[in-house]
Amino acid sequence: MATTRCFGGLYRCLTKVPRSTRSIRCIHSAAVLRTSENDRPNFPGSRSKFIHKCEFIVPENAEGIPVYRVLRNGDIISESEDPKLDKDTVVKMYKDMTLLNTMDHILYESQRQGRISFYMTNYGEEGTHMGSAAALDPKDLVYGQYREAGVLVWRGFTLDQFMDQCYGNMYDMGKGRQMPVHYGSSDHHFVTISSPLATQMPQASGAAYAFKRAKNGLCVICYFGEGAASEGDAHAALNFAATLDCPVIFFCRNNGYAISTPVEDQYRGDGIASRGAGYGMMTIRVDGNDVFAVYNATKAAREICVNENKPVLIEAMTYRVGHHSTSDDSSMYRQLNEVQSWDVQSPILRLRQYLDKQGWWDDNQEIQWKEQSKKDIMEAFAKAEKRKRPNPEFLFTDVYDDVPPHLQKQMDEMKQHVAKYPQHYPVDAHNKMSS
Amino acid sequence: MAASMKRLLRVCGKPRLFAHVLRKQLAASQRAYSVKYVPDIPPPELGETNRSNLVQSLNNAMDIAMSKDPTSVLFGEDVAFGGVFRCSVNLRDNYGPDRVFNTPLSEQGIVAFGIGLATAGSTAIAEIQFADYIFPAFDQIANEAAKFRYRTGNLFDCGKLTIRTPCGAVGHGALYHSQSPEAFFAHLPGLKVVVPRGPQQAKGLLLSCIRDDNPCIFMEPKILYRGAVEEVPVKDYEIPLSKAEVVVEGSDITLVGWGTQLHVLREVAQLAQEELDVSCELIDLRTILPWDEDTIINSVCKTGKLLIAHEAPLTMGFAAEIAATVQNECFLNLEAPVQRICGYDTPFPHVYEAFYLPDKWRCLEAVKKLVNY
Repeated sequence: MATTRCFGGLYRCLTKVPRSTRSIRCIHSAAVLRTSENDRPNFPGSRSKFIHKCEFIVPENAEGIPVYRVLRNGDIISESEDPKLDKDTVVKMYKDMTLLNTMDHILYESQRQGRISFYMTNYGEEGTHMGSAAALDPKDLVYGQYREAGVLVWRGFTLDQFMDQCYGNMYDMGKGRQMPVHYGSSDHHFVTISSPLATQMPQASGAAYAFKRAKNGLCVICYFGEGAASEGDAHAALNFAATLDCPVIFFCRNNGYAISTPVEDQYRGDGIASRGAGYGMMTIRVDGNDVFAVYNATKAAREICVNENKPVLIEAMTYRVGHHSTSDDSSMYRQLNEVQSWDVQSPILRLRQYLDKQGWWDDNQEIQWKEQSKKDIMEAFAKAEKRKRPNPEFLFTDVYDDVPPHLQKQMDEMKQHVAKYPQHYPVDAHNKMSS
Repeated sequence: MAASMKRLLRVCGKPRLFAHVLRKQLAASQRAYSVKYVPDIPPPELGETNRSNLVQSLNNAMDIAMSKDPTSVLFGEDVAFGGVFRCSVNLRDNYGPDRVFNTPLSEQGIVAFGIGLATAGSTAIAEIQFADYIFPAFDQIANEAAKFRYRTGNLFDCGKLTIRTPCGAVGHGALYHSQSPEAFFAHLPGLKVVVPRGPQQAKGLLLSCIRDDNPCIFMEPKILYRGAVEEVPVKDYEIPLSKAEVVVEGSDITLVGWGTQLHVLREVAQLAQEELDVSCELIDLRTILPWDEDTIINSVCKTGKLLIAHEAPLTMGFAAEIAATVQNECFLNLEAPVQRICGYDTPFPHVYEAFYLPDKWRCLEAVKKLVNY
């Protein structure tokens, strides 16, 4: 937004330069030009050298930023890049990814049956969640978009908590106010999700600045999709983080689609990673289906954030295997065989290959774990479904820190009205209001 | 003009005096926009005072807030060198470059950065250079700041965020240095919106905003930055939010305004007394959201007549909300239709500013209408 400034008299000053002064200025700049022929330019806006031929920079001529990969066919490609994670950690990564996958299947189906109003799956992107979450301190603050439930799984958000949110029941910490999958937890240092895209990005920069001043040794991570990166807030976030030296990791999930919009309609440059250098930010592009590549990159980024107070951009290349949401049928805009080709490259299968080669997992364990997790999820699901919704008075609280008189009045009106016409309202589905 | 003058002359019955005042005003309209500022008397219980203009009192409020709260930071476009209106002068020297700093030129970035700071536990004082440029941040204010506590079930909030912004007519600001966007924000549950009328009020109200545990928009009438000078208490004091102030007591008509318009209405009250022998009760609303319904309702129940005036355009301006509430609460007391004297439903013009503003003559005409109804 261009801002005209109201410096009194500045405009007059500029327009009323006497003719003689103007000519003196011209002579002066000519002199500077001559002496700087063999010198470097001293414009305040950049640091570089002069060239003497008119040459445009053509982005298409440059090769794209390479994709960092650690795992291939269950093997570590380069010994030096082996994160050397212990068995427990890797098995937890695998179990959490598959748990999320099973939960996605069950909740997706439950939405199809009309039991919850909305859902968004994480198919194909589980590796970006677990790889990054495992590399963070559990107290690092997370800002997400909505397709990062795996970060919460990793941090121990319980199945009950997931289900309670999707049902908006009396145990939902968000008090049933937001749509399903808008999770949040202060205990898990995961800032509550909101629907407007990219708004969380410059907020993450601000939170990181506060962390830097508090010298708490923590960083902030901010997840977003490649579509959200087109928002103005993404631009603000990256530029603020760079100029104000904020310890924040920007983690882009580039899954090829923003609802129906393919990346060809989203941007013309080399993805999101190519923008990092433009903001003066250290940047890396990783294979998002390779949980170890994601882990290594996030771990290194965290070091940079915490030790150097600088932001880092990670672009994880992946593929959105599921529909955008339960309100979307992706066969309207992409071929099924395209989707299937990515299903077999899934981060889950690739980690399973590694586990097999280490002898840390077998088919028997797989069957047991699948059955166990399915049972746990179904139990949590059934419990959440039976729980009552919160007291309708919660419609009015937390708008402000306290309930101001005008809202108190509106709450009283609602209660009186419902007391008069209870048959027209789902009062039995909710906890009782105070009288 | 002739017709309305005749009507007015009929009412006031003092043609020569009125004509004299009118001539003076017409002469003034050839010059830059000016406000007749009547200094507030400092409450004696607040002790020692300093003569300050609005800029100095705001600077003093921020100085006090920052000295007592080490987490507080002040940021925005050009605040580091003291601000284009000098409101943050010396603060960077006092508190260091990590607490008083320039941001890139991006309003959506500034507000969002402030939300993030507040969420992470810092007191964030964000400056938007002109209220006219707050709209790029509208999404962050409306969808994020205002709804943060509600949507998270109070797990997270950005209550420590205050957004300061210069607003209102300045004589030559035209479309983008004159706006009064308070009504846009008054439609956003979760926000507090505050407009002071002078240095004393500004200091107490800004300190309340900074310390209030809800996101606040603090709109500073920039015509008063240097024009309004009065004795301001030196000590740290707060003026409660959501409380209107009865500035002048009266019995015939209630006048409600805020910011610069309060001073216009003060003159109107004086003229009404002198010219029409009408006693006006003058109320400074101070907080637009959540607003003090009781004080206005009590006053209108007493006077039976209400005039609301603001610089912002008429349609859906905040006067509409006050008028609707008052007709609902004071239906049996109202003796005349509520009058709204506001900016016209046009963009804010450059050379036509004198004709656009709800000046004292338009307001006086409305007083006359109320009297004669």
